Amino acid sequence: MRAASVVLGANAEERRVETRRRAQKCVRQVTLSFLASALWGFGPASVPPTPSPAYPSPIEIAVSANGSRLYVVCEGTDEVVEVDAAAGAVARRVRVGQHPKSVALSANGRQLYVANSWSDTVSVIDAASLKVVRELATGYEPNAAVADAEGRFLYVANRSGNDISVIDLERGVETKRLLAGRGAAYLELSADGRRVYCTHIYPLAGAFRSPNESEVTVIDTRRQVVVERERLENAAGIFHVASANGGRVAIAAEMRPKNLIPLAHVEHGWVIGNSLAVFGADIGEVVQVPIDELDRYYTPPFGLAVTPGNLQLFVSTTGSDSVTAIDLPKLLAYIRAATPEQRRLMANDLSASANYVSARIPVGRAPKGLALSPDGKRLYVANRTDDTISVIDTAAHRVTRTIGLGRAAAPTPERRGEGLFFSARFAFQGHFSCANCHIEGTIDGLAWDLEPDGFGVDIVENRLLEDIADTAPFKWNGSNPDLETECGPRTEKYFYRAQSYSPAELADIVSFVKSIPLRPNRYRRKDGELTAQQERGKAIFERGRSKNGAPIDDTNQCLGCHSGPHYTSQQLADVGTGKPTDRSPLVDVPQLTNVVLDAPYLHDGSARTLEEIWTVFNPHDRHGVTNDLSKDELNDLIEYLKTL
Amino acid sequence: MFAAGAAAGSPEMPQFRWENFTTENGLPDNHVFQIKVDGSQVWAATENGLALYRDGHWKVYGTQDGLAHRAVLSVDVDPRTGDVWAATMGGLSRFSAGRFDNYTQLNSGLPNDVVYGVAVQGDSVWVATAAGGARLDVKTGQWRHFNERNTPMYEIWTYGVSAGAEKVYYAVWGGGVLEYDVETGRWKDYNDPDGETEIVLLKDQGLIHEVTTSVSWAEKDHVLWVATYFGASRYDGRYWKNFMDKDSGLPSNFLNQVKAVDGNRAWFATDKGLAYYDGTNWSVYRPALDTKAPEMTVRDAQGKITRIEVTTAPSHNYILAVDFQGGDLWVATAHGVSHGIRLKQKETTK
Repeated sequence: MRAASVVLGANAEERRVETRRRAQKCVRQVTLSFLASALWGFGPASVPPTPSPAYPSPIEIAVSANGSRLYVVCEGTDEVVEVDAAAGAVARRVRVGQHPKSVALSANGRQLYVANSWSDTVSVIDAASLKVVRELATGYEPNAAVADAEGRFLYVANRSGNDISVIDLERGVETKRLLAGRGAAYLELSADGRRVYCTHIYPLAGAFRSPNESEVTVIDTRRQVVVERERLENAAGIFHVASANGGRVAIAAEMRPKNLIPLAHVEHGWVIGNSLAVFGADIGEVVQVPIDELDRYYTPPFGLAVTPGNLQLFVSTTGSDSVTAIDLPKLLAYIRAATPEQRRLMANDLSASANYVSARIPVGRAPKGLALSPDGKRLYVANRTDDTISVIDTAAHRVTRTIGLGRAAAPTPERRGEGLFFSARFAFQGHFSCANCHIEGTIDGLAWDLEPDGFGVDIVENRLLEDIADTAPFKWNGSNPDLETECGPRTEKYFYRAQSYSPAELADIVSFVKSIPLRPNRYRRKDGELTAQQERGKAIFERGRSKNGAPIDDTNQCLGCHSGPHYTSQQLADVGTGKPTDRSPLVDVPQLTNVVLDAPYLHDGSARTLEEIWTVFNPHDRHGVTNDLSKDELNDLIEYLKTL
Repeated sequence: MFAAGAAAGSPEMPQFRWENFTTENGLPDNHVFQIKVDGSQVWAATENGLALYRDGHWKVYGTQDGLAHRAVLSVDVDPRTGDVWAATMGGLSRFSAGRFDNYTQLNSGLPNDVVYGVAVQGDSVWVATAAGGARLDVKTGQWRHFNERNTPMYEIWTYGVSAGAEKVYYAVWGGGVLEYDVETGRWKDYNDPDGETEIVLLKDQGLIHEVTTSVSWAEKDHVLWVATYFGASRYDGRYWKNFMDKDSGLPSNFLNQVKAVDGNRAWFATDKGLAYYDGTNWSVYRPALDTKAPEMTVRDAQGKITRIEVTTAPSHNYILAVDFQGGDLWVATAHGVSHGIRLKQKETTK
C-alpha cells in the first residue's frame, strides 16, 4: 500500500464508510458491479494477490561496435542481458535500477547508459565487465539517455518531468535542465553528432478540443541548449527518432489520433494514423507520411533503424507484431516530388505507403526496440511480451533466428493479458490496441469523442490505468460497473468494431489491467512525510469548515467524495462540471492516486491543469468549497494533491 | 565624428555614441519598460510585445505568437539554457526555442497575473507580482508564495527582484526591501528606520524611502543598491549610504531602476536622464531637458559640474532601465531603446 494511504491511518476505512453514508450528493451505491460480475461469471476480487513471476519484457537493444554482443534492456526484470550474437544465447546479466527503459552505448563503445524510469537514475555500465560503475541522478522518470559524440555530456529524457537533463559525464553531475515537450521519451544523436533529437509520448498542452500538436525538441550539442522545436501537427504519441543522410534527415515514429471526431469511423481509417514525421535539411518543413495501407494498419510505429548507406528504414509496429521495411531513398524521393499541398495532406493518404514500403516482416509479440548489426545485415528486434529477440535478415526481409531471454515457465493470466493489451489484432483491420491510447498503461494525454452519439457529445478524458483494480465503477459516467464490462462488450462495440476477446481472454486482460502498478510519486518526500506546504494543503483537503467558520456540507468536502485508499468514493456526483453536450451532469468520482500525472483534468479534459479545476471550473463552489481560499492556500492544496 | 571630450580638470567618465531605436526602425512600441542583454543579442520588454534585437534587426513576439500579454514589464534570460522569462501584465511567459509556455494565476501557482519583475537564479525563477513574490522551481514545477502571511512583507505590491546565489532581494513598492537568505530560508525587511514617515529623516540612517522600485544585488561585493521614487540607497550589510539630487549627482530623485556594476559603481534610470556613479563622481546622459540637445554632464567629488560636449544622447530623458553589453549600454526609455556604444579614450579626446 502506498505511503499516501498510510497517512490516512487506521481510520481510513472508517472514514470511507462514513463518507459513503454521508455523501447525499452521490446518487447511488455501486451495486451493479456485483450483478455484472455474477452475470459474466467473474467474482469480486477476494483472492489475496500472490507474487507474480518476473518476465524479462525486453524493450530496447544496443549492439556492440564489433557486433558480437547485444545488450538488451529487460524492463520486467530490471536488468540488462548481454547476448552472444553469434551463439544466439544469453551470456551475462546485470541488475540495474527499477523499470529500465533504454540502453545506449557511448561513442567509444566502452560504456552503456541505462535509464531507470522508476529510480530516477541512469546506470553507467562498463561494457567489458558488464558491471554498473556509476549511478547518475536524473529528473523525474528518465526514459532514455544518449551521450554526445565526445562523451562529455549525457542527455536524459525525463518523461514525468517533461524535460531533459544535461549531465556532465566527467563530474557525474547534472549541469542544467532543458525544457522539453510533455512526456519526453526518446533521444537520438544525429548522424553528424551536432544535434540530439527528443520525442514525446504525449502532445503539448493545448486549448480544449483543439488539434493535437507535438514536437521534436532539437538540442545543439555544442552549446547544450534547445535550438529548435519541430512542430508535428495533428500528432500525439511520438516514439523513436532516427537520423539518416549524415544528419540531414531525421525521422520520427508517430501516431496521428483523430480524437476530435466520434470513434464511429473506425472502419474508415479515421481513428489513429500510423505515420513517420520526416524533416531536416534534405527535406525542409516536417512532412508526415503514413505506413498504413488502405485496409490494414501497422500500429503503433515505435522503434526505428536505418541501415548503413541509408538504404533501408525499419519500423517496429508493436501492436501488429511486425516490422515494416521501408525503401528510404524511395521515401525521400516520394516526398521531394510532392507539391507543398501534397506534402501537407500526405499523412492522410493511405495509398501512399505502396510507394515506399518494401516489406512487412512478422516477428514476435509486441516488438519494441530495434538495433542493427554494424554491417546492417541483421536487424535485432526486442519482442516485449514473448521475451525473445527476433533476428531479421535485412536483405531477405525474414526472421532467421529467435533468441530466447529466459522466462517463467508458464504465463500467468496477467502476463497473457499483457500480451492482449499490446495486440492490435482484435480491432477492425488491426487498427489499434489498448496500448495505443493507454501508452505503456498510462494515458495518451487526449480527450476522445468515443461514442457514435454525434460530434462533440460526451467527450471523455483518458485516465491512468495504474492501480485501478478497486476503483469501480468505470467510464466517466460510471456506467461500466466493472472492468469486465469496460474491457469486454464496451471495447468490442465502441472501439474494435470486430469480435473481440473470448471470455478467457477477457479474464486475462482484466487481470493485467488490475495488475498495472502505481509509479513512484516524486512529490512526496522519501521519508513519507509531508512538507509544511503539503501539510497545509492536507488540512484544506480535510477541512470541515470554510474560512469564515461556516460548516461545509459533508457532501461538499473534499473527503466527501475523494476518500479511501484511492481517494474515490466510487460513486457518482454532480460537481457542476457537466457540459451541455454531456448526457448527464453526473460523473464518476475519479481516483486521485498519481493525479499529478493525469492532465488534462475533469471528465472531459477541459481543465488543463489542477489549478483550472477550481480557478475556472468551480465558480459556485460545487466541486468543493474553494472560492474562500487565497491563491497561496489553493497552491497549498494543489501541492498536497500532487503527493497522492 | 565623435566630437566629445573630457573637459580639462573634470574626471574621466565613460562616454558613448548613442544609437536610438523606435517604432520607425522595428520596435513594436516606443514605451520600453525593461532591457536585457543576452550575449550578442538584446531583449526589450515593451508595451506592445517582446522584441529581440539580433544581427541589426528587431524581431517582435506578441500574443499571436503565444506571449501571455502584450505589455511586457520585465525580462530575464537563463544563461544556462537561453530560455527567456517575460513578466507581463497577463502572466509569466517562458520563451524557449520558439515556444511560449504561459503561467497565469488561473492555470498555475503564479500568485497574480500582474508580474512586474522576474529574475532567474539557477533552477529558481523569482517573480515580483502585484500580490507578492513567488518562486518557481523549474525542475519540480512547484511554486512557493511569499507575502504578508509568511514574510515581514506588509505591502504585497512587489515591484522588482534581484536574485543571487546567496541572497534574493525584493523591491516592495511602499514596503521597502525584503531580503531572502537562500541558505537559511529566512526573510528580513528593510524599511524606514523611524517606522512612521516612510522616508529616512537622518541621512544614511537607513533605507531612504519605502516606495522602492528596483533592487540590484552586487553579490561579489555583498552590496545592495536600491532605487526609490525619493532617491537611491546603497547598503553594504552594515552601513547605508543614501543619494538624493540635492547631495549627489543624481539628476532626479525619481528612480525607475538601479543596476549595479559592482559594490562601488552603479547606473541609475531616472525620469531626468541616465546617471552613472563611479564611487566618487557622477555623470548624466540625456537630451537636455529644455533644448533636447544631446547632453552629458560630469559632477566631481566637490560638486563641480562640467558639461561635456557630445553629439548624441539617449532617445528620451525618461529612462526606465539599463543593461550592460561589455562596455556598451542598452537603455529602455519612454521613447524607444538606446544603444550606448562606448567610446575609447582616444576617440573621446581627439
